[in-house]
Amino acid sequence: MSVLLMLESEAGKLRKSARAALAAARRLAGKAEHKIDVLLFSGSGGHDGQQAAEEASRLPGVGKVLHAPTHPLAEQAAPFLAQHARNYTHVVAPASATGKDVLPRAAGLVDVQPITDVVEVIDEATFVRPIYAGNALATVRSSDPVKMLTVRPSSFEAAEGESETPAPVETVQLPETSQARFIKRDLASSERPDLESARVVISGGKGLKDTDHFHKLLEPVADKLGAAIGASRAAVDAGFAPNEMQVGQTGKIVAPELYVAVGLSGAIQHLAGMKDSRVIVAINLDPEAPIFRVADYGIVGDLFEILPQLQEKL
Amino acid sequence: MKVLVPVKRVVDYNIKPRVAADGSGVETQGLKMSMNPFDEVALEEAVRLRENGGAAEVIVVAIGPKATADTLRTAMAMGADRAIHILTDEAAGHDGGIEPLAMAHLLEEVVKKEQPGLVSIGKQAIDDDMSVTGQILAARLGWPQATFASKLELLPEGRARVTREIDGGVEVVEVSLPAVITADLRLNNPRFATLPNIMKARKKPIETIEAGSLGADTKPRLETLNVREPAERKPGIIVSSVEELLDKLKNEAKVL
Repeated sequence: MSVLLMLESEAGKLRKSARAALAAARRLAGKAEHKIDVLLFSGSGGHDGQQAAEEASRLPGVGKVLHAPTHPLAEQAAPFLAQHARNYTHVVAPASATGKDVLPRAAGLVDVQPITDVVEVIDEATFVRPIYAGNALATVRSSDPVKMLTVRPSSFEAAEGESETPAPVETVQLPETSQARFIKRDLASSERPDLESARVVISGGKGLKDTDHFHKLLEPVADKLGAAIGASRAAVDAGFAPNEMQVGQTGKIVAPELYVAVGLSGAIQHLAGMKDSRVIVAINLDPEAPIFRVADYGIVGDLFEILPQLQEKL
Repeated sequence: MKVLVPVKRVVDYNIKPRVAADGSGVETQGLKMSMNPFDEVALEEAVRLRENGGAAEVIVVAIGPKATADTLRTAMAMGADRAIHILTDEAAGHDGGIEPLAMAHLLEEVVKKEQPGLVSIGKQAIDDDMSVTGQILAARLGWPQATFASKLELLPEGRARVTREIDGGVEVVEVSLPAVITADLRLNNPRFATLPNIMKARKKPIETIEAGSLGADTKPRLETLNVREPAERKPGIIVSSVEELLDKLKNEAKVL
């Protein structure tokens, strides 16, 4: 078995999802002598990616790092990935925006059926993935010569440790393209922890009534909990919170230690994004709200009274 | 410029599907079926392009058994000009047992014949949640792609500027046409098909092509060994006060 693992950097460092994706890759690579090579895309956001490459080279069990210090446009990254894919039994990427953009395109070039959002590796050809917004789990076996998959980082325990001798880093150039051009990237800047890697997430729904309340009620509680703030799709559609805060099938998939759902009913699309959280707390006026069916602890009541109490007593 | 919009017929998004007792799949028999919501957004964008002069014709294409024609009629009631139905075997279920790679192979043949300047497709189907067909199709055609699009502008000289939803924010890219874009929910709000438009759509043409006659490789690459319900969470408890909640979180769940 040999695995090519595609990773990205963020703000010059290796993204947090990298170690979870590595854990999935290690399940595939099996025995220690089987290799995991890393293809690292960096260079987004004005960093040279050297720190990310250094971090990648010290990931445990990595054979070598192919470092592309450029922004990963699919038109450039996919041909490169496809060209190298033939030397491996598996190509793995985290199910991030970049992974979901690049890996299927590379699979199209190699002519294999990609397997996305893998939550469990059974064996080298057999994988479990959610379908119907997480209402069912399908176990599928691939007959393609190279298995190309994206893995859901929140479903794998991050691989720990560092190797004492760093793996060799080779700088590589992606092919030129005139088909696509990167113009700009606008990331929401926040002092808060990142939604996908936060230990605690507090999410608000339509019950918060408006943008003002969304901020005024959730932020002080989030501050005390050291939590990231999320939102239901209904809250995002109503304009209370920006898109990047959405948790759900069409937003972020999160699995924090503690998830606090405030004033949101728990539509299946939202549940698909958060039901793997370790402990779920629901605060809702409606005792019949579906969110109570997945919550470990629920409070039926008015969030406009409960949140200030929570803020005070934390 | 023609815009091609592939649409998929799926279990309606309001319905929570049940896993079949024998674990072979998800029960879709007798359930309300609708157009995949992301494809509705992709179609709406194409119709708006035609309405504002950016496109000359909107062609919808769907792959599936006979009943798939309903989805194509809906698409035409929403404003598509004509439809192509790639007909699959009735016994193979609502999606014809056609995997995304195979769908891309079939769509590739339609693109070669119709020569659209843009393929507008939903970013994922809400049944298999794969989110790969647009990317594979773009790869096979050698066209650029702009995935998870939340804004599309046609520029002079055959280019498009697309805002894409990415982790933690948005990104803007420019692609040359022809291209494939995959639609995210925020691209627009799809219109409802009105009764007069539904009546008019009955007269619009649907071209039917047997899937097998396109000469595309549709052999499945994945075998579904089983489908099961996710593990149920243990029933939780309702607490009566914030004090009790904090006590439970500290001493029972030990997360604070």
